[in-house]
Amino acid sequence: MNYIGNVIKYGDNIDTDVIIPARYLNTSDPKELAKHCMEDIDKSFVTRVKDGDILVGGFNFGCGSSREHAPIAIKASGISCVIAKSFARIFYRNSINIGLPIIECPECVDETNEGDKLKVDLENGTIINYSNGKTYKTTAFPEFIQDIIKSGGLMNHIKSKK
Amino acid sequence: MGMTMTQKILAKSSGQKSVTPGMLISAKVDMVLGNDITAPVAIKEFEKIGAENVFDTEKIALVPDHFTPNKDIKSAEQVKLMRNFARKMGIKHFFEIGQMGVEHALLPELGLVTAGDLVIGADSHTCTYGALGAFSTGVGSTDMAAAMVTGEVWLKVPEAIKFNLIGKPGEWVSGKDIILHIIGLIGVDGALYKSMEFTGDGLEFLTMDDRFTIANMAIEAGAKNGIFEVDDETLKYIAERSSKPYEVFTADSDAEYVNEMTIDISKLKPTVALPHLPENTRTVDELDDIPIDQVVIGSCTNGRIEDMRIAAKVLAGRKVHKNVRCIIIPATQNVWKQCMKEGLFDIFIDAGCAVSTPTCGPCLGGHMGILAEGERAVSTTNRNFVGRMGHVKSEVYLASPAVAAASAVTGKISSPESLMD
Repeated sequence: MNYIGNVIKYGDNIDTDVIIPARYLNTSDPKELAKHCMEDIDKSFVTRVKDGDILVGGFNFGCGSSREHAPIAIKASGISCVIAKSFARIFYRNSINIGLPIIECPECVDETNEGDKLKVDLENGTIINYSNGKTYKTTAFPEFIQDIIKSGGLMNHIKSKK
Repeated sequence: MGMTMTQKILAKSSGQKSVTPGMLISAKVDMVLGNDITAPVAIKEFEKIGAENVFDTEKIALVPDHFTPNKDIKSAEQVKLMRNFARKMGIKHFFEIGQMGVEHALLPELGLVTAGDLVIGADSHTCTYGALGAFSTGVGSTDMAAAMVTGEVWLKVPEAIKFNLIGKPGEWVSGKDIILHIIGLIGVDGALYKSMEFTGDGLEFLTMDDRFTIANMAIEAGAKNGIFEVDDETLKYIAERSSKPYEVFTADSDAEYVNEMTIDISKLKPTVALPHLPENTRTVDELDDIPIDQVVIGSCTNGRIEDMRIAAKVLAGRKVHKNVRCIIIPATQNVWKQCMKEGLFDIFIDAGCAVSTPTCGPCLGGHMGILAEGERAVSTTNRNFVGRMGHVKSEVYLASPAVAAASAVTGKISSPESLMD
């Protein structure tokens, strides 16, 4: 799978409370959640995000609550994949389980700016930054995780094994 | 190679003689937990793949505790979905209002989790049960759905950090001060993907409630789980509450740790975490006068009976400052009843506090004490992120029940010692 999109970039420790504030968790409708994605840290996110855009963050992206509403909101807002220096572990699981591609690549994050155009190639484990002309190598997922992603998420994976 | 406590439980639950860090395993779960925010998503996923039955009607706990008693129509619909699912599936441990408590206080109290168990919960603070010598970790709704179908969960075997707690803490130093101190030392991602394993001769001075508080906040250092060595105190707690069989796992003497830290808890002072990360810790005596608007004492971190007793000890014969709202939320019905029996509610009400039925409510800015723009709270909860308890320009200072109660009296962040002079 390849994803090409423009970068929206944030810093370290982007927590699930700013990704989707708890006051909106009385629903699990992806479209409703997407309306408030990143609201408490960046009110302009929902108006400027375009389908296919790539979200870039620093260390410990997605820390805090286990709310799956966070990756759901990001995915429903049109973001194609998330690149960060590191991910909080529950957010990492949740993203894989719902089929939101996430990639750890500290070097790419350091050298990528807001608005850059990236191409992410999950199978080959590369990220190309068209804006600075550089190519970055990412760590491939273990086979078990790749199987979940290929199945389109954990529930489909379970269903296919039944 | 020797194994840590966590690795031993993971080996047992995945049917293997031994496991090593980095291995991906499929493990059997002893309990799967969900709340009124996360379970509805899990139930929809469960139904989407056409599953007809849950793997075990006695190993699933559904606790509507976040937006309950329901704050609005949408949250009532979420609980209704849970309730109907529990009835349809014959799930034994669904807790209606009246039996409900804050999930991570409730499950141990009812003996539903015990030493050696493997527990997953669609709530990040599921790591609380490590206080009992269990492996327990927070997951998402899809993980919960998958486990309700299969009784299993995929896990990566974690590396571990060993925390050797030594010494006897001072009178006003509790589990909360210890864990805030540790998070201040290692940072909010200091234990990312790892186990935090607690041991040392200081454990004998920590009540079970102290240990629950410490394990509860392991996630605030990014940890996969926090786990305590089982001792007589743990066994006594389990014996009084649970008839479930349990198994005690101890770390091998040659178990590997990526880091070992010795913390002399006799040297710690009352500690708070400043906005907007739990790692921004200071001791109370380092702070200038910081006026506050609200105090919350409760939650899965600090809503147990010991917490209530400490708060009452500080508030007894005193009044909440005129500029402060003080909200006290015993975490379960049993804690509530015990507070009544011991006369703690008389102390709270006489001091001018509001006492609420169990709910997670204000901790996550749900209801029962939302902050307005520019307001500042001292809270015994676990997160102080931007907007966590209300307006994006409000502030949360995390503290122990003793510091929270003392601050309610003085109207500024205060150590209980300052009241005792």
